[in-house]
Amino acid sequence: MSIFEYNGSAVVAMVGKNCFAIASDRRLGVNLQTIATDFQRIFKIHDKLYIGLSGLATDVQTLYQRLIFRHKLYQLREERDMKPQTFASLVSALLYEKRFGPYFCMPVIAGLGDDDAPFICTMDCIGAKELAKDFVVSGTASESLYGACESMYKPNMEPEELFETISQALLSSVDRDCLSGWGGHVLLVTPTEVQERTLKGRMD
Amino acid sequence: MECVFGLVGDGFALVAADTSAVHSILVHKSNEDKVMILDSHKLLGASGEAGDRVQFTEYIQKNVHLYEFRNGIPLTTAATANFTRGELALALRKNPYFVNILLAGYDKNIGPSLYYIDYIATLHKVDKGAFGYGSYFTLSMMDRHYKSGMSLEEAIDLVDKCIIEIRSRLVVAPPNFVIKIVDKDGAREYAWRESIKDAGVSAA
Repeated sequence: MSIFEYNGSAVVAMVGKNCFAIASDRRLGVNLQTIATDFQRIFKIHDKLYIGLSGLATDVQTLYQRLIFRHKLYQLREERDMKPQTFASLVSALLYEKRFGPYFCMPVIAGLGDDDAPFICTMDCIGAKELAKDFVVSGTASESLYGACESMYKPNMEPEELFETISQALLSSVDRDCLSGWGGHVLLVTPTEVQERTLKGRMD
Repeated sequence: MECVFGLVGDGFALVAADTSAVHSILVHKSNEDKVMILDSHKLLGASGEAGDRVQFTEYIQKNVHLYEFRNGIPLTTAATANFTRGELALALRKNPYFVNILLAGYDKNIGPSLYYIDYIATLHKVDKGAFGYGSYFTLSMMDRHYKSGMSLEEAIDLVDKCIIEIRSRLVVAPPNFVIKIVDKDGAREYAWRESIKDAGVSAA
């Protein structure tokens, strides 16, 4: 069994019309044993930039702390927030720094850039970026997420429809994965507001 | 084999642990206290490799004390949990400590809290948690019978249920347990649940 599957995870991000949504499951497990059902995998970098980290929970926490640290230094030096593209490069560099002893996480980055253009991107654990215009997935439920997103996604969705789509995609995917699930956590980001919702899913 | 578990009740948190010092098939000791009173309002229940456990928990305890001596205020339970996680995470990729920790504490204005920290430095705030072979029984037992805001009597009753379950269903069940609690009045030993006493040394 892979170390990426030790805790179990599902992370997905989708692009809509001038908005994006990022969602994750809430399970924290140790192999097949469930430890908690309120684990956080999606983190705020600033108002319009979020990162979801799938994979090993300890590295999720370590990496998040390092990223927040680096972003704070950037804010102090530059007196502005990072652009999503810049942040993606930072994450990539931080991961590749540990090329031969990696953090066992695969990040999903989603943000609104200049003129509120949505940006989403995922990476492997050594920082190889994979950009997408529609959706990105990561975690132990990634195979089923691909299927669900592929069939549910439409381009240029309005925020309400995007929320519904990403939630349904997440909930149906984690039901086919033993290691993720136990509810979901969805963030819907538009240029003017951020909506954060907790989903109830199958609790088994 | 090792069983450490804990829960949060109404105005208190408790940690219970087995008290067996085992090496392979030999029981060296059946009154080994694995729940450290970290400072006046914190409990540190630990399981794992014996040497690492003693070394690491003492290291944490001394540093928490040092912080209090230097700054005149104690670390909060959350701060202690994050410090402990930091030290475990730092060690993880050098030479790891094999110690799983349940940290219970009581803070003014915050109340009781319990933190789950495993040997790979996954930190999570929980209402109920367990480590070791005992967790297979105690987690289910607590899922069934735990309610938020339990009184001390109810909680002790639940702990006894857990201990009975371990003793009756676990092949390698340890004979003795210690229960410690922490509330507004501080951290203290609450009770022992002994089924055997260490044989005394007979005079020559």
